[in-house]
Amino acid sequence: MGIIKAKKLVHEYIRRDEEGNAVGINRALDDLDLDIQKGDFVAILGHNGSGKSTLAKHLNAILMPTEGTLWVNGYDTKEEEHIWDIRQSAGMVFQNPDNQIISTIVEEDVGFGPENLGVPTEEIWRRVDESLRAVGMLEYRSHSPNKLSGGQKQRVAIAGIMAMKPKCIVLDEPTAMLDPDGRKEVIRTITELNKQENVTILLITHYMEEVIGADKVIVMDQGKIVMQGTPREIFTQVEELKKYRLDVPQVTELAYELRKSGLAIAEGILSVDELVNEITRL
Amino acid sequence: MIRDITIGQYYPKDSFIHKLDPRTKIIGTFVFIISLFLFRNKFLPYVVVIGFLGLVIGASQVPIKHIVKGLKSIIFLMVFAIVFNVFLTSGEVLWQWGILKITKEGLENAGFMALRLTLLIMGSSIMTFTTTPNHLTDGLEKIMNPLKRIKVPVHEISMMMSIALRFIPILLEETDKIMKAQMARGADFESGNLIKKAKSLVPLLVPLFVSAFRRANDLAMAMEARCYRGGEGRTKMKPLKYRKEDFISYLILVLYLVSLVVVKKVSPV
Repeated sequence: MGIIKAKKLVHEYIRRDEEGNAVGINRALDDLDLDIQKGDFVAILGHNGSGKSTLAKHLNAILMPTEGTLWVNGYDTKEEEHIWDIRQSAGMVFQNPDNQIISTIVEEDVGFGPENLGVPTEEIWRRVDESLRAVGMLEYRSHSPNKLSGGQKQRVAIAGIMAMKPKCIVLDEPTAMLDPDGRKEVIRTITELNKQENVTILLITHYMEEVIGADKVIVMDQGKIVMQGTPREIFTQVEELKKYRLDVPQVTELAYELRKSGLAIAEGILSVDELVNEITRL
Repeated sequence: MIRDITIGQYYPKDSFIHKLDPRTKIIGTFVFIISLFLFRNKFLPYVVVIGFLGLVIGASQVPIKHIVKGLKSIIFLMVFAIVFNVFLTSGEVLWQWGILKITKEGLENAGFMALRLTLLIMGSSIMTFTTTPNHLTDGLEKIMNPLKRIKVPVHEISMMMSIALRFIPILLEETDKIMKAQMARGADFESGNLIKKAKSLVPLLVPLFVSAFRRANDLAMAMEARCYRGGEGRTKMKPLKYRKEDFISYLILVLYLVSLVVVKKVSPV
């Protein structure tokens, strides 16, 4: 069994009118099966309302399944007594960097998680050092988060999760509020954490460029997993992706159009270099 | 700009006072304030008080100019206190015009009151200048710890205080943004009388409150996701510990109190 496993996972939101009477049911997750192995870098794609954020909140036991079961690191998320084990195993980074930093000093914020876990003081300091170094923010340790850029704040938030020594980090659109530089910064950081610290990464996003480095891509639509595979496998299916209102990276689309108009270019081009190679080969 | 406003105005330095435990500073300030009201209008005890304050200011390495600047904010209060004391104290009349009269006791009272207020503000601002807001809340939490037994949520109060401090600059920035967005659409925050100005703030407060609640919701989720479950079983990254310097400071504080009482006893006027 992988570190995250879902079996027939269903989550329903009950829509209510102003008096609080139920007027309908929104099925945000619909019979979802998922199996993620330890050390994987998995990207979850989907347009707004596809259920990807609902899935993320389940992984941290913020939401409970309506039906079906979800195991995180072997714990069933419905078991109340393991809720803190689950939250420690699967750390969560949210979209807005300002709303998840608790302290007025960077290092104290990173120490917040370990403090909650009851880690002894010396160990907290060691972990704070380690995690700040891992995200490259060690020199900012005594700064105020208000003075940092969006990308830096998000890296502090990631360090705060790393300090809890999770098996897996779930990032719920961590780059949605950042500028292009900050976006690259954050993606580089999580890629490094995945390679060097062997942390399982679950990246939820709707930016195609960010999923190229992933081991596996999952495409969600209307609460279901509709496509699964390596980035290359997914991006060869340009037409199908468009059906789910998703765009492929520009290079991939260009290569796809060239191929369609008769040039003998390989399928699933992901980077500019690859396309250049293909074109010079012709 | 609006975001430059900081509460407490910590003045970073590496002095003896800065390095003291926040509990020492809070208790010290408290004792100092009480000591100001131990004696009435006598001249000599104030020499001791001013001497002690001078010593503390010297040890804190905060420039005296910086401290005096903080007095500006209480000028109104000071004038108020002086006027009341001058005109409303009964005693030996020096000057009279209708119902207004100035007495010798009134002048005396006013002078000492002004001195007392000045010393009070200077003394307590030393604490905020030398202690970071985080340290202050930590210190308060530790001092109030005994209240836990009578079910006062001490940890929660100090957590709320430190979160409030974290979000003050963020909310100020947000106010600035909303104001600009509304000014761009023709809102007028500057002209008109006081009532009109206050009314024009209503459309500012509504979006600000909405966003503050949204932020609170996000923050609560983020805190829970990081295993926050109240003060129970929590360890500290920076635990408070009394050091040698703190005991020395307490000793000095006791010495100050004793000498004050002695001077008060022997002082003729």
